[in-house]
Amino acid sequence: MIVRILGEGQYDVVDSDMGALEELDAKLAAAIEASDEDAFTGVLTTLAEKVRSTGTAVDASTIVSSDLTVPHEGASLEEVRHLLASEDAADD
Amino acid sequence: MGVMKRLSGVLQAKANKVMDRVEDPRETLDLSYEKQLEQLQQVRKGVADVATARKRIELQAQQLQQTASKLQEQARQALAQNCEDLAREALSRRAALSTQLEGLKTQHDQLVQQEQRLVATTQSLQARVEAFRTQKETLKASYTAAQAQTRIGEAVSGISESMTDTGMAMQRAQDKIAQMQARAGAVDELLASGTLTDLSGSSDPLQAELDRTSAQSQIELELAQMKGALAPPAPTGALGAGSAPAAHTADGDDHDVAEAETVDTPSDPAPAPPPIPAAGGAHPAGDELFSLGSEGGQS
Repeated sequence: MIVRILGEGQYDVVDSDMGALEELDAKLAAAIEASDEDAFTGVLTTLAEKVRSTGTAVDASTIVSSDLTVPHEGASLEEVRHLLASEDAADD
Repeated sequence: MGVMKRLSGVLQAKANKVMDRVEDPRETLDLSYEKQLEQLQQVRKGVADVATARKRIELQAQQLQQTASKLQEQARQALAQNCEDLAREALSRRAALSTQLEGLKTQHDQLVQQEQRLVATTQSLQARVEAFRTQKETLKASYTAAQAQTRIGEAVSGISESMTDTGMAMQRAQDKIAQMQARAGAVDELLASGTLTDLSGSSDPLQAELDRTSAQSQIELELAQMKGALAPPAPTGALGAGSAPAAHTADGDDHDVAEAETVDTPSDPAPAPPPIPAAGGAHPAGDELFSLGSEGGQS
């Protein structure tokens, strides 16, 4: 799976490592749902670190679309919520 | 659906908007490449803007520190002349500067981080654009092949995604600069309003008095030193014409001399102002640029 960390770059993560990422992803969604800024910041940092440590950075000469995208590290909950809200608008 | 998947959808939708869909795939490639070059240029300008903003903060921190040093020196002078109220006023103004400096430091740290990230993404985008240019020619040469269309689509959407990501990073940096400018403006106003320079202005009678007595003390001190230098060397020969014997030979007003020393000596080891960072250089402004602690050692 190709995972992009916004503002940073792409990583190739093998399927066997995806379980841990999906778990963190679910926690991130829960933190957004609960408007829990502290939890959100913590999970986002862990998630980005996990992608970096388990994945292999995609070489800059490789042009490929991403399957999954992690928000900018240090992004606020509000910022990510705003990004996700543009999902519907972008579908038009 | 997870956050990561949804966010990918958002990113791809944004990327699709910047893609030009035209009949001839070869033209799609060329148009996309033109757009990439255009964006690279914009991003380079964005990086320069962030660097400019960072330097402005560093310059302001430097000005705040100089003002703080001046206030500290004034407090010392005032105290030496038993004007405790004036000394207190100078120190409280200095404390207000310290708060401003802390705010600047936070912004500076964030900006440095964004600048570094933006530089890194720009470099990687540049490498991808270069790779795209090479692939583009290969794809154009073989574009009649059945799979060429698909591969063109993949290459274009892949690079569009990278461009979109870089564009978003640039937007974030610009937002940060906008926030920063509000504070920078406030600091500029503070520095320009005279609030902080009243004490050294000639319109301030207390400062004028401080200056006058301090100048007198300086003259007395110099006289004493000259007398010391003219006097025959002390029998022990160990002290020479240093300031200690000079203080003793000053006939008459010993008090003035002692006071002059108190007032004068701190200005000698005054810390050099932090250097202005070199253009486009690293980020030398460590904590020392945003701290007033260093000159505390003088007192």
